[in-house]
Amino acid sequence: MGVWVSFFAVIVLIVIPWVGAQGAGQYLFGIVIPYVAVLVFILGFVYRATKWAKTPVPFKIPTTGGQMKSLPWIKSNPLDNPSNNAGVIARMALEVLAFRSLFRNSKLELREGPKLDYASNKWLWIAALAFHYTFLVVFIRHFRLFMEPVPGFVGLLESVDGFMEVGLPRLMMSSLILLLAALYLFLRRVAVPQLRYISLAADYFPLFLIIGLVSSGILMRYFIRVDITSVKELIMGLVSFRPTVPEGIGVIFFIHLFLLSVLIAYFPFSKLMHAGGVFFSPTRNLPNDNRVKRHINPWNYPVKVHTYSEYEDDFREKMKEVGLPVEKE
Amino acid sequence: MAKVGSPEELARIDYSPPKKSWMDIPPEFREGRWCYGSKAKDHAVVGLPNPRAWSPADEDWKLPDNWKEIFLEGMRERLHKYRSFQLFMDICVRCGACADKCHFFIGSGDPKNMPVLRAELLRSIYRGEFTTAGKIMGKLAGGRKLTYDVFKELFYYFFQCTECRRCSLFCPYGIDTAEVTMIGRELLNLLGCNIDWITGPVANCYRTGNHLGIQPHAYHSMLEFFCEEIEEITGILPEPSFNRKGAEILFITPSGDVFADPGTFTAMGYIMLFHYLEGLGLDLTWSTYASEGGNFGFFTSHEMAKRLNAKMYAEAERLGVKFIIGGECGHMWRVCNQYMDTFWEPPKSLETPVSPITGTRFEHAKEHKMIHICEFTADLIKHGKLNLDPSRNDPYRVTFHDSCNTARGMGFFEEPRYVLENIVNHFHEMPESTIREQTFCCGSGSGLNTDEFMDMRMRGALPRANAVQYVHDRHDVNLLSCICAIDRATLTTLTEYWVPDVEVSGVHELLGNALILEGEKKRTMNLRGEEFPWVEEEEEEEVEEAAEEVADEEAAGKAEGEE
Ligand code: SF4
Ligand code: SF4
Repeated sequence: MGVWVSFFAVIVLIVIPWVGAQGAGQYLFGIVIPYVAVLVFILGFVYRATKWAKTPVPFKIPTTGGQMKSLPWIKSNPLDNPSNNAGVIARMALEVLAFRSLFRNSKLELREGPKLDYASNKWLWIAALAFHYTFLVVFIRHFRLFMEPVPGFVGLLESVDGFMEVGLPRLMMSSLILLLAALYLFLRRVAVPQLRYISLAADYFPLFLIIGLVSSGILMRYFIRVDITSVKELIMGLVSFRPTVPEGIGVIFFIHLFLLSVLIAYFPFSKLMHAGGVFFSPTRNLPNDNRVKRHINPWNYPVKVHTYSEYEDDFREKMKEVGLPVEKE
Repeated sequence: MAKVGSPEELARIDYSPPKKSWMDIPPEFREGRWCYGSKAKDHAVVGLPNPRAWSPADEDWKLPDNWKEIFLEGMRERLHKYRSFQLFMDICVRCGACADKCHFFIGSGDPKNMPVLRAELLRSIYRGEFTTAGKIMGKLAGGRKLTYDVFKELFYYFFQCTECRRCSLFCPYGIDTAEVTMIGRELLNLLGCNIDWITGPVANCYRTGNHLGIQPHAYHSMLEFFCEEIEEITGILPEPSFNRKGAEILFITPSGDVFADPGTFTAMGYIMLFHYLEGLGLDLTWSTYASEGGNFGFFTSHEMAKRLNAKMYAEAERLGVKFIIGGECGHMWRVCNQYMDTFWEPPKSLETPVSPITGTRFEHAKEHKMIHICEFTADLIKHGKLNLDPSRNDPYRVTFHDSCNTARGMGFFEEPRYVLENIVNHFHEMPESTIREQTFCCGSGSGLNTDEFMDMRMRGALPRANAVQYVHDRHDVNLLSCICAIDRATLTTLTEYWVPDVEVSGVHELLGNALILEGEKKRTMNLRGEEFPWVEEEEEEEVEEAAEEVADEEAAGKAEGEE
């Protein structure tokens, strides 16, 4: 059910600007909505992140994935079991930049016997990396539209990205890979029974939204061309807070921009916040150094315990009988 | 004990999820997959809420009228107190990477045993009761309301998780379903819904100092009995001391090692090691008050964990020792490593642990003032302080099971392996994906090692058992060693069911076999009292030799007479 609801929701999101971005409507879709979306994104992101940041970390509970630092002659694993902040930073960097935990992924198979097999399974890791990094590349390429002069690295990136030298304008590999990766992430969700079983509308919706966003971008670049100078004028107006809507920008642009607006406004209130959340994860961002440095629980409170003297009161005679020392005779 | 099918039957696992959405499937308490409810008398001892007679099989769990309010209020409170909980409720992307990492899912195929879905059981309530989207859009936004059935479902599945953290290793955001289970169990406890196998030991531990309810005089005589056994085997009678003020070191180990085989053999190993070291300057005492290393409070709530943990530092302070040595135990070390010195400030009277034998300063325990017996022993061996004869363990072909807690809650891998390397001659690791940080649970951790739960236990045991089978087939491994008291009990059941030719032991049992005590008699049996296989041969040889001698003498005598 979630798939269809999400699918139609995105269709509706495409139809809205298609119908609405005419005449004065272009001000709404070209100026008001993008501004509101960015505002919602910033406020939402800050709200969510501060909420996490303000919630205390009562215990230091890193998941240890390697040998701890102990005796000097025992080789420790500072990346998977960091003993200090430098190690934590390295661990987090690997996690955030290289998806290290996902790299461990294996796939279980139960054979006759019974025999369990754990085959290495890197597809999700590869797709996730491809998805996130091409998204980044595409994002940076768009700097061309809101920076003047265009920074040098953007041109460089474009020439690398378009190295295949096919098509006119040149086909950018990143867009294609991004689209394929998003499609893969969607297909695995519907094809793997367990995954389909756990998937919610909230899992399909952002995927469809991104597929729509990328597709509209590709369409605009290669098939339904828009006047790129006017587009840049509009975007430069937005970023310099002197918004204008030039004449004659095709509706496909407004669809693209609207899908993007929805995506960023939706971001802070959805699972997409994993992007911010991963930095807060107490099983990853803390060193395993409890034995060296005392971790303080800010809300630690006194509890009722059974003291030694209560214990001795209970058992004194029996203790004396077998010659165990007691405090009170 | 719950009826359990044959291994062949159990291994026919159907991984295909049902047609209906998981939210529409009410919980079904299947035989062998749930534990008996907690008893009123145990609630009373430690003041757990809602003491009453009840069973999870009952229709009516006798919850207070405002149970929903209590539960949701408890949830709200914990969302504010634990960043882990708040975050893990928020950021799961349902990528499924954790799904087939849980031994209970692998062994049962029940989709609600996928870590992600286990957490979603609670996450759906979070969405449905605490977030705007979930409140308005309900199921579409993955939210649902807390109902009686949902509450029972939580009980069923949070007591089908052993808090092993294997899922958290594989999650790209480190989401730890063990943490969700721990909080989930706290919430269940607010309404008095715990299991008997946990609250029983908790109440015992609170009163008598240990889970098994062993009273001081009995504890004392049990250890004395081990000493007599040791005397029988070695000719030497160790004399451990108890509750002795002024000792340098306090030794704390799980009471399971004192109570039942094969843990008792490990306890004998400790006693022998300490006796051996006495001559070298070891000054150590046991305690009948701090007579439990484990902490079933940890399977109840953070608060209960803290209450039971109190006696470790308290007893160390009372006796005036300099530091603590902890025995072989999994969850004990998770608590001691990640919680103890947050729960309690270490007493000022304690000092950085220094081995009195080797002079090694355990700098990595300088705040916490407690070291693991395996690191203590590894250091002794490294310095050549132990006189060892590994060949006494030759009948054993050994492998090693990393307990979940020392693996993923500490990272304690090399020390026990180093000890093993020096005390056994035949050692074989299980496959990489089943050891060290990827180790599989015994299937019975976190207080689920009870008989009525046997079907699920043996299912959860399958991945571990399968890896044992692998080294058994390939290398004739016949001994599964470990550094966990629960494991020593539960792995024994596991091997009996899945790999019957393999026995289970602690590391210090094998050390006790190998350790050459000064002045000991010629050993003819291991700590289990089993005669070494070569003894009979040797005896036969001796008998033959003696017979030959006699014959020779006789012949010589005859010759003499004839002369
Ligand atoms: S691996 Fe982590 S993010 Fe992925 S489904 Fe499991 S808990 Fe969620
Ligand atoms: S902590 Fe262990 S038992 Fe619990 S869900 Fe994760 S893998 Fe399964």
